[in-house]
Amino acid sequence: MTGNSFSVSGYGPERSGWTRLFARDSLARRLDWPILFSAIALSLIGAALVYSATRNRTELNQGDPYYFLLRHLLNTGIGFALMVGTVWLGHRTLRTAVPILYGISVLLILLVLTPMGATINGAHAWIVVGGGFSLQPSEFVKVTIILGMAMLLAARVDAGDKPHPDHRTVVQALGLATVPILIVLLMPDLGSVMVMVVIVLGVLLTSGASNRWIFGLLGTGALGAVLVWQLGVLDEYQINRFAAFANPELDPAGVGYNTNQARIAIGSGGLLGTGLFKGSQTTGQFVPEQQTDFVFTVAGEELGFVGAGLIILLLGVVLWRACRIARETTELYGTIVAGGIIAWFAFQSFENIGMTLGIMPVAGLPLPFVSYGGSSMFAVWVAVGLLQSIRVQRPMSA
Amino acid sequence: MTNIPETGRTPRVQIRLVIIQILVFSLLGTLGGRLWYLQIREGDAYAKEASGNHVQQVVQPAVRGSILDARGVPIADNETRLVVSASRTELLKMDDDGKAVLTKLAGVLDMPPKDVMDKVRLCDSETPQPCWNGSPYQPIPITDEATPKQALQIRERSEDFPGITAEPQAVRRYASPGGSNTAQVLGYLSPVTDEEITKAQDTDSPYLRSDQVGRSGLERQYDKELRGKAGVTRYEVDNLGRVIGEAEADPAEPGANLVTSIDARVQRIAEYELNEAMKEARKQMDRNTGTNYKADSGAVVVMEAKTGRVVAMASNPDYDPNAWVGGISAKDYAKLTGKKSNYPLLNRAIQGQSAPGSIFKVVPTAAAVNAGYSFNGPYECSSSYSIGGQVFKNFESQSHGGISLGKALEVSCDTVFYRLSHEEWKRDGGIKPKKGANDWFYKTAHQFGLGAETGIDLPNEVTGRIPDRQWKQDYWKANKDAWCKTGKKGGTYAEQIAYENCLEGNRMRAGDSVNYSIGQGDTLVTPIQMATIYAAISNGGTLYDPTVGKAIISADGKSVQGIEPKSHGKLPIDKTTLAKMDDALEGVATRGTAAWRFQGWPQDEIPMHAKTGTAEVYGKQTTSWFATYTKDYSIVMTISQGGTGSGASAPAVRKLYNALYGVSEDGDIDKKKALLPTPQKGLPKIESDGSIDSPKLETYPPKKTEEELAEEEAQAVAAGPEAQPVSFEQGAGAVLAEPGAWTTVTERGDDTVVADNLEAIVSTRGGSGNRAARRRSDRGGCRGKRGRTSV
Repeated sequence: MTGNSFSVSGYGPERSGWTRLFARDSLARRLDWPILFSAIALSLIGAALVYSATRNRTELNQGDPYYFLLRHLLNTGIGFALMVGTVWLGHRTLRTAVPILYGISVLLILLVLTPMGATINGAHAWIVVGGGFSLQPSEFVKVTIILGMAMLLAARVDAGDKPHPDHRTVVQALGLATVPILIVLLMPDLGSVMVMVVIVLGVLLTSGASNRWIFGLLGTGALGAVLVWQLGVLDEYQINRFAAFANPELDPAGVGYNTNQARIAIGSGGLLGTGLFKGSQTTGQFVPEQQTDFVFTVAGEELGFVGAGLIILLLGVVLWRACRIARETTELYGTIVAGGIIAWFAFQSFENIGMTLGIMPVAGLPLPFVSYGGSSMFAVWVAVGLLQSIRVQRPMSA
Repeated sequence: MTNIPETGRTPRVQIRLVIIQILVFSLLGTLGGRLWYLQIREGDAYAKEASGNHVQQVVQPAVRGSILDARGVPIADNETRLVVSASRTELLKMDDDGKAVLTKLAGVLDMPPKDVMDKVRLCDSETPQPCWNGSPYQPIPITDEATPKQALQIRERSEDFPGITAEPQAVRRYASPGGSNTAQVLGYLSPVTDEEITKAQDTDSPYLRSDQVGRSGLERQYDKELRGKAGVTRYEVDNLGRVIGEAEADPAEPGANLVTSIDARVQRIAEYELNEAMKEARKQMDRNTGTNYKADSGAVVVMEAKTGRVVAMASNPDYDPNAWVGGISAKDYAKLTGKKSNYPLLNRAIQGQSAPGSIFKVVPTAAAVNAGYSFNGPYECSSSYSIGGQVFKNFESQSHGGISLGKALEVSCDTVFYRLSHEEWKRDGGIKPKKGANDWFYKTAHQFGLGAETGIDLPNEVTGRIPDRQWKQDYWKANKDAWCKTGKKGGTYAEQIAYENCLEGNRMRAGDSVNYSIGQGDTLVTPIQMATIYAAISNGGTLYDPTVGKAIISADGKSVQGIEPKSHGKLPIDKTTLAKMDDALEGVATRGTAAWRFQGWPQDEIPMHAKTGTAEVYGKQTTSWFATYTKDYSIVMTISQGGTGSGASAPAVRKLYNALYGVSEDGDIDKKKALLPTPQKGLPKIESDGSIDSPKLETYPPKKTEEELAEEEAQAVAAGPEAQPVSFEQGAGAVLAEPGAWTTVTERGDDTVVADNLEAIVSTRGGSGNRAARRRSDRGGCRGKRGRTSV
């Protein structure tokens, strides 16, 4: 990997591939390696955890203990390819395609509401593609909301017309986000709605929109929560999740079962955990949805404080680098995209891990990179691609 | 970083990015902190919970040991019953929660469908009985009285009855051999309470949710030995209960058998004759009250004089101990604990206390000798004895001139003891006692073991009471407020007494010492105390702890642990005095107050000793007491509101002796007919497989027809229909089984599964009965009873 030392003597028009890749100002030198390394590490840890959680679940894995492991690795591979594609295209190129991507993603979530949609785990959020595959388009909407809003909000600022987005632009951007959010709310996929609202908040903050909009959005969010509650949009299971969060002792065999068992699994891990594949809570399948939403409990039980802490640490690295990227890019567009992704990853990770630890109510959200699930995996890797692209394509400082 | 001109961003965005970063890392920090809290700080607790999560216990209950009589006849054993149970987990898997299956089952069992459904529902604070208060994972018994035909119907069509099982199971049975009942001595079982489970959790004999626990009598006293040890197999299971880990097994150990010194034949006679005597007494007119005697309760104790072993112990009214088997119904429970039935659960032989009357006189006799009075006297037996203006009459105002203490016992002369006791009282300083007062009459009573438990191996024995100076002081302190409130000078008798008590109830008055000397006043004794004392007079002075248990024999018969007689002291009488007292008590049986009841008794072959007692109780009819002994046995009998000692109790006691020694009414001894001419020595024969030989029993009385028996049982149940107040005071120690809060139990998440729940029996007891029992045991304290003149 030390192409540099060779390139000293190898001066000339025909530089080797390695040399070109790692030359000063080359793509490879500009890539953010800590993010890439952390994302790969999280995905591979996820593969081990998913395997541990599913190898005995014969009713899910169709008799093949490697069923979920292989698919998780395949998803990671596809996600990685999507990242490479995103970097190759570049976020600026993608900027022109944003209206089309946005349109497609909104169409997809509309499809969920048609008979093509399917209900999985109480959330009507899926499209069955066929061949055992299904899509969760709300994952892609998270990306397109970020891109679409960033495009609108940054247009006049990046053109140098204005220091901050004006009110009209903000209204347009909010309108753009509101349409898919309302559709997802109808599914109802409350977890995704929550993430999207936080994304909108992150986008508005990093766009430099007036404080009035920020507080306005926070107020609307609170009002919306009350309305959702009052209008009975929520299903009973969703209300029960909040009730169980407020009172963990509530019905440990029923509503509170998930959280209770999750906490037992994590708590019993101790410092070093029981060892991979040796957790009694995991082997005994006491935690439902352990390969997806509750995957963190496998880490907690089998890898202990060290392993579970490592996952939080790796997520921290991703977020730390993302913050750097947001700060260092010169375009507002890049900053906004990075800000949206930070809000997305940070909230979704906090909510997911928080609910297994009993400090957040249960919501059906995957843990980025770690949880089993194709749509989520693709979306987060595309987001990594966007971050890399922002970093790679930033104008080099002198 | 603020001075990078290339970035087109304003400070506003820059500041916000920093805020976002801080926010993001505080969120991650929160997660890390919480993770540390759960895994490191609380880790151990969760690890424990996790291990409980995936271990399922399959419990094999132990068969409870039998209780046998001295010859090996089972008086409490187990019988196999067909128990139909329903598995809740199976039923809940059905679309209609098993309603269709339960309805069909109700049809087969001839039960109303609602009853079946009610039995299967789980108890909680809002669900009235019947409901199931055990683990929801455990099969719930619906009936333990299924016929073989019903069981076959269920088992053959098992596909029609998913989740329903019909299995033979061992259920407690009180066998009543030869018609003996032994109810209060045996006690009864009821389901274990949550509290007891928690309490016994870490001991070496923990309870199972399905356990039955002995609540009174021998079942309680020897509960640990009889219960055995349940077998537990532990499996590691997954969330659906599928076994994933290796098993660890502890086999069940059946409970040990308890051989008692009870002889079922003698027990039957004791119960029968006690009941007969009470029936007879109810036909007699009481001249004092002008009504027939109420004979509301009674007790009899037959004891081996040389060991203190109890051969028979009967208490009337009694009840059918089988009422408890399979869970007592609320109605039955109310009946057993109600005032109307006069508390048949009480074992009046150890829990009934009343004034002893003249059978107490052996105590002042010994006390007088110890105080320095000569046994031979002579002492003036006048027709009455006066203190100040108060006249204490001899029984029926007889006078016998100057007599010895022995003669005073024989003719039951009250005035001799009045005088002695009064003199001693004066010598001790009278109402203001001098320092170091001898109090011979009270000290001797304590030395006789009165006012204290005898130490019998039955729970909740009461102590009786010796009204000495200390007791007077304590009692006055506790009651003076009430007395001073109700007392009235020159009012009714009760008001006058309260008035006097208020003024000087803490003082031992002359009248108190006089009343006490003949077993009246505030003196209280139990039948078992008197049996122990008379047995001690018979055996040369050793006071034995009465015992019912004789040996604990392990189920395989290999380990035999004998229960040996223990002594709790010696009578404070020297040998010569004891011999003279023995002569005097023989005189009672041959010439004295009991002679007319022992006419034709073969006194030369079997010397009989007796003392009669007729105790007066304020507001009630007299208590009949009869204390007797031979060289082998001591028998004490009492009937509350039953009349005189020789009148009401003596015939029954005579019949007991007749049976023991094979004596006919005219005095011939037929050794072949004798049930126990000498006390049963040794233990019944134990076979190599651990089973115990048991002889056949003949019914007593032999000539009675079935109709008469039925009638007599009906009367036994209806004893005391007037619902008189309890005449045997229930002491503070006489607490009935504490039933626990059955009605409010909700047990969820208990992973104990009982594979073969031998004694898991639905309790259908209502809450009202429990409250009644508590109320009653709460007001256990002593009410003052005052005697006037007495026998």
